[in-house]
This record gives sequence, C-alpha cells and structure tokens, in this order.
Amino acid sequence: MKVALSVTCVNDAMFPDVGKAVVRLLRRLGCEVDFPRAQTCCGQPMVNTGYLDEAVGAVRTYVDAFAGYDAVVTPSGSCAGSARHQHAIVGRRAGETGSDPGLASAVAAAAPTYELTEFLVDVLGVTDVGAYFPHTVTYHPTCHSLRMLGVGDRPLRLLREVRGLRLRELPAADQCCGFGGTFAVKNSDTSVAMGADKARHVRSTGAEVLVAGDSSCLMHVGGVLSRQRSGVRTVHLAEVLAATEDD
Amino acid sequence: MSRTFVGMPPFPSAAREALGDTQLRHNLAHATGVIRDKRARLVEEQGDLWEPLRLAGAAVKQRALDDLATHLEQLEASLTAAGATVHWARDAEEACRVVASVARSHGVDEVVKVKSMATAEIELNEHLEADGIAAWETDLAELIVQLGEDLPSHILVPAIHRNRAEIREIFLRRMAAVGRPAPVDLTDEPEVLAAAAREHLREKFLRAKVGVSGANFAVAETGTLVVVESEGNGRMCLTLPEVLVSVVGIEKVVPTFAELDPLLRLLPRSSTGERMNPYTSMWTGPAAPDGTADGPQEVHVVLLDNGRTRALADDTGRQALRCIRCSACLNVCPVYERTGGHAYGSVYPGPIGAILNPLLTGTGVDEQTDSLPYASTLCGACFEACPVRIDIPEVLVHLRSKVVDGHRGDRPPKAETVAMRAAGWAFADASRLGLVEKASGLSGRVLARLSRTTLPWGRPAAGRLPGPAAAWTGARDLPAPPAESFRGWWDRTDGGRAEGER
Ligand code: SF4
Repeated sequence: MKVALSVTCVNDAMFPDVGKAVVRLLRRLGCEVDFPRAQTCCGQPMVNTGYLDEAVGAVRTYVDAFAGYDAVVTPSGSCAGSARHQHAIVGRRAGETGSDPGLASAVAAAAPTYELTEFLVDVLGVTDVGAYFPHTVTYHPTCHSLRMLGVGDRPLRLLREVRGLRLRELPAADQCCGFGGTFAVKNSDTSVAMGADKARHVRSTGAEVLVAGDSSCLMHVGGVLSRQRSGVRTVHLAEVLAATEDD
Repeated sequence: MSRTFVGMPPFPSAAREALGDTQLRHNLAHATGVIRDKRARLVEEQGDLWEPLRLAGAAVKQRALDDLATHLEQLEASLTAAGATVHWARDAEEACRVVASVARSHGVDEVVKVKSMATAEIELNEHLEADGIAAWETDLAELIVQLGEDLPSHILVPAIHRNRAEIREIFLRRMAAVGRPAPVDLTDEPEVLAAAAREHLREKFLRAKVGVSGANFAVAETGTLVVVESEGNGRMCLTLPEVLVSVVGIEKVVPTFAELDPLLRLLPRSSTGERMNPYTSMWTGPAAPDGTADGPQEVHVVLLDNGRTRALADDTGRQALRCIRCSACLNVCPVYERTGGHAYGSVYPGPIGAILNPLLTGTGVDEQTDSLPYASTLCGACFEACPVRIDIPEVLVHLRSKVVDGHRGDRPPKAETVAMRAAGWAFADASRLGLVEKASGLSGRVLARLSRTTLPWGRPAAGRLPGPAAAWTGARDLPAPPAESFRGWWDRTDGGRAEGER
C-alpha cells in the first residue's frame, strides 16, 4: 500500500521525531511510505483565525501534493479534521472570490486524510503494532480527534497492546487542554488556566509520560508541565507506537 | 449590544480579571460540574434515542426558520383569533415602548416578571424604571441578580457566580428596601433562602395587575405560548395579574402544536438535567371571561426582531436561531467554566453568546463583540451537547472570517494580519517553507545555546521571550526549534534509508 505522510507543519518544523516515528512504524507494518516534498500545511492556522483567503494557497498545495496516493496519513487529529472538514470551506471561498475556481472540486476529489490511529485500526486492521514502551503513561484524547473525527477508543486500544506500558486513566480526559491554535496567545490567560487544570489531572495519575495524538496540544500542556518542573514529559502517540525493544 | 454591559472590555481582558477571582472560579466549577453530570446521566439514559431526538428538535426549529415569514403571519392570525393583541417590534426600543404603554394604560407603577431572556436582552427593566415603573423579577436567581444590582452570568442560572453565603448577604442587605425584609435569623441553607424569597415575592404577586413574560415557544398553528420553568413563580405571574404582556423573539415560533413534542423533551434534559420540568404553562389568548379559568383578561404579545432578521440572512449563522436557550453549551464549555458569564459582556454568554451577539449586532461594530468569536478553543464540546445541533464551532470560524474581512482594508494592517499573510505565503510553496525552516533551525541553535531551561526530555527550551511570544512563554516553556526539520532529515537521509531505516 502506497501511503503519503502528511507530517504537518508543526511536526516538520518543531517535532521532526514524530514524523520519523510514523515513517518507521508504517514501514514496520509493511507500508510503502512517501513524503511528498511539495506539502506544507493543511491551512488550519489561517482558517481557524478567520483568514480564509490566506489559506487558499496552503489548501491548493495540500490537494496537489497528495494527489494520486491511496491514502494520506497524518499524526494529528486536528490536521486530519482540517483536511476533512475545512478544506471544503476554503474551496468554496476560493470559488467565490475567483482566486482558485477549481479548488472546491479538487478538494472534493482528494484522497481521504486519515489520522494515524484511524489508519492503523481501520485501514491496516491492527491494534498490536509490536511496540515496547516500558513507562507509566496517561493519555489525553485531543478535542479534534475526539469530536471532529470521532476516533473513539482506537488510541487506547493501540496503547493497551504496547508491551511494558502501564496505562493510567486521566480524570476529566475529554476536557480541552486549552491550546486552541491562536487561542493560546490571543486568550493566553484562559488558555493557561485550562492547561494548568489539565496538568493537575495529569499529575494526579502519577504517570511519567503524557501521550496524545497532536503535537500542538502536547506542546501546550508540556509547556505548563515543564514550567511547573513537574517531572512529567510529553510524548506523541506515534513515538510510543514506533518504539521497540531495540531502542 | 446592551447598555447594562456597556464599557465591557474585549473578552481577553475581561477574562483575565475573572480568572483571578478565586471565589468565582470555585463557584463556577462546582455549579457547572453538577448540572453537567445531571445532564450527562439523562443523555446516557436515552441511549440510542437521544440522537434521533436531537435531529427531530433541530428539524422542527429549522423548518420554522426556513419559512419564517409564513409561520409568523400564521402566528399573528392565530393569536388575534384567540383574542390576544399582537405588536411587532423592530428593536429593543420599540418593544420596551409597547410594554411601558400597556402598563401605563392600566395606571400601574409596577409589574411582576417571569424570567425571560428576551426582556433581559432588550433591558426592559431599565427602560421601565426610566418610565417610573418598577419591574420585579420573580425567578429566584433573577431576584438575586436584581437585588444585588449585579449582572446575569448564565442563561438559566443568572446568579450561578454566587454561592449561598453571598446570597444570604444580598437578601439581608437589600430585601428591606424594596419590600418584605429577609428574616433576621436568615441562614444560608438553600431551603431557608428559598423560603425568604417566597415570602418576599408573595406580596408582589398578589398586588401586581400586570405580568410580563417571554415565551420558550410560540405555536403558529394555535397561537399558544409556552413557558417552561422550575419554581412556579412563572405560573403565578402568568395567572394572577389581569394583564399579561409577553415579549417573544420571532425565532421562537414552532409551526404546529405536535412539534412541541421533541422540544419539550430536549429542553429540560439539556438545561436543568431533569426528565421533565416542574411547570409547563401554556396559554392561548386571554382566559375565558366567564371566570371558569384562571388567567389574564387581557393578553399582549410583542414579536421582537432586534437583529434576528440580520442573523437569519447569514447562511452559516442562521442555525443559531434554532437555540432554545437551554444553556447546555455553557455548562460544558471549558472557557465559560473558567471565566464565567460576565466576561462575554452580554446577557447571552458562553458559546451561544459568542456567536449570537455578533450575529444579532453584526461584526465590525465594536471591538468587544468582535472578540467574542475568538473566545473559544473550538473544542466542539458545545456542538456535542447542543440539543438542536447548532454547529457552534463552524459558526465561530465563519464569524472570525467576517471579523477578519472587515479589517482587510486597514492601513497599516494589524500585526496578526501581517503574520497570517506571511504564513499564507510560506505555506503556498514548499520551497519557501524550507527556507523558513532553515532560518528556524538556525534560531533553534542560537536559542539552545542561550537556553537555561531544559525540557523534561532533555531538549533545550526557549526561556521567556519578548514581544508577542511572551503571551506563550509567560506561563509555558517552549521547546527551542530543532536544528533540523523533518523535511531536512528526509532529504539528507533519503527518507531515513541512509540511516538504515527500512
Ligand atoms: S446553543 Fe444549543 S446548547 Fe447552547 S443554549 Fe442554545 S440550544 Fe442550548
């Protein structure tokens, strides 16, 4: 199966190890993984801030970069949600303004973008990916994976099969961590208040590692946990699933 | 949009102040948590029936909105046939004038009120007061807000920001000036507080000649108005006074009586977390003149626009008019739970307020209203909870784009606009992005050198940064950018193959 990795702009620039982990994991599971060099960003930062015109170029680049693949896989619930729910909005706008009249139909014809755990469980049909991660872990379901995509318990089913991993339940897990894209800076006080509560719940579990499927949410909660000198580190789900005894 | 909240700063600064109020934070977290859990239990109890019920509720309201003019004309005809007097009000001013003139024509200087969002929206009490007419709120929470000369902070529980001790204090201090005083031995037991309110209100109910209400629903087919409540104060206001004036937003219309069914099941479960609310009052015009039924002899209905046709004209925003004011979206909202309602600067706070206020007044009117669509992380909890399936995140993003579009001509452009244009430029072409990442890698190496903080996994962190970045680093560490981007690694290692990655 020929799979295109949509690494996401945040992982590309800030968390390259997450992208490497996806490549390693998918190859281990027998996929042929490609990284289309033309990709940039799904456009979500602009769309969610209200800058639809500014997102047209990014969305066009996205659909062109991933044309012709069987599936697009991304280690982000948020970016998968953006591709599946917001690209059509940008396409419509580009048609209305005439900036890219063909974008809407290109978006409609694009291959589906899967969030990593959807791809593993639904397309590859695996929950045991042969991972080994000997740590005490708690898992935060990010809002867009939970509510926009509806990934349900797929991430937990994958984590439960990881050897050596001790999973602790996170209280109030489905409450937003407070990242919210530009919300994190536009409303930084509220964002930090939410992050502090999330961090408090994480610490109450006694876990040493907080796992989630979105690097930006992890960057936010991790930033709070780090500032608190809490001794909890954040690791993307892809890195946990990619880890083996050889590491 | 409202005078009572005039001078409210934009959401981020109002929120900052609220976040510092520890009593408020505690009261809110407790109160929203309790209602949230009650609602969640009832939704779970409905199981597979809940989603079809939501779809049915949404469909009824949508059907009414899709042909609003026809349903409103039918409502007017039914009401008139039933003996009610119908008034049309374009805005708050007109609506308030109607209520004041009805009160004056009966020579009264006071009215009793059923809790109503429409009358709060048009600031009826303040208008009447200016006309020398006292409007007594009879809902317990509204009474607390009114006595405390406070502002409402929740749709259903306007005094949610107050705890028992604060309420006792307000009763002791304020009741005497406007009627029967609170007993001197008042405690902060909920039953004792409720009893004091009951005593205080009773004389007002028995004296008042004019009652004022809103309506949860207005049935076009029959001309029936519906008020749903918990305390019975509404039933008193709707049946004791001789004259009743109801201010009803035009979006409250429901085509047929049978279509109330899903709505009356959705509303109590979503608002108070009850299967059924204690009091559902329905009336169709005045009571029979022969005295066989309780109720007013004279019934007026003010059909209120006040921005609703503006909202209706917005293709994406229109769905907000389906709102049945249950406040489920407030109770599940992580932002509301921490900031409370006052930060939104309107009688409509929380997620619904963040979309409804800009839809009613339009974007680009003032900075405060324009800040509301940004008062959300787009986590989607509101949409998930909304009984009439209003996709609040979708409308929020849509309104953000309207705010941005309103500033496209600004000279010089806002810093944010410049940043977004730059991002849009870089993201339109991978080679541009590659250059940006190389620069970022360089800055990462510099920051790593300067860094005195190490993140828990050994990666250097950027310390407190100046300028706009301070909004992040004031309270959160930020990892320094890595020396090499993923893209750079892929190129250098041929997709990892050069590193022995298969
Ligand atoms: S938007 Fe939905 S959840 Fe919020 S108050 Fe209105 S009906 Fe209730």
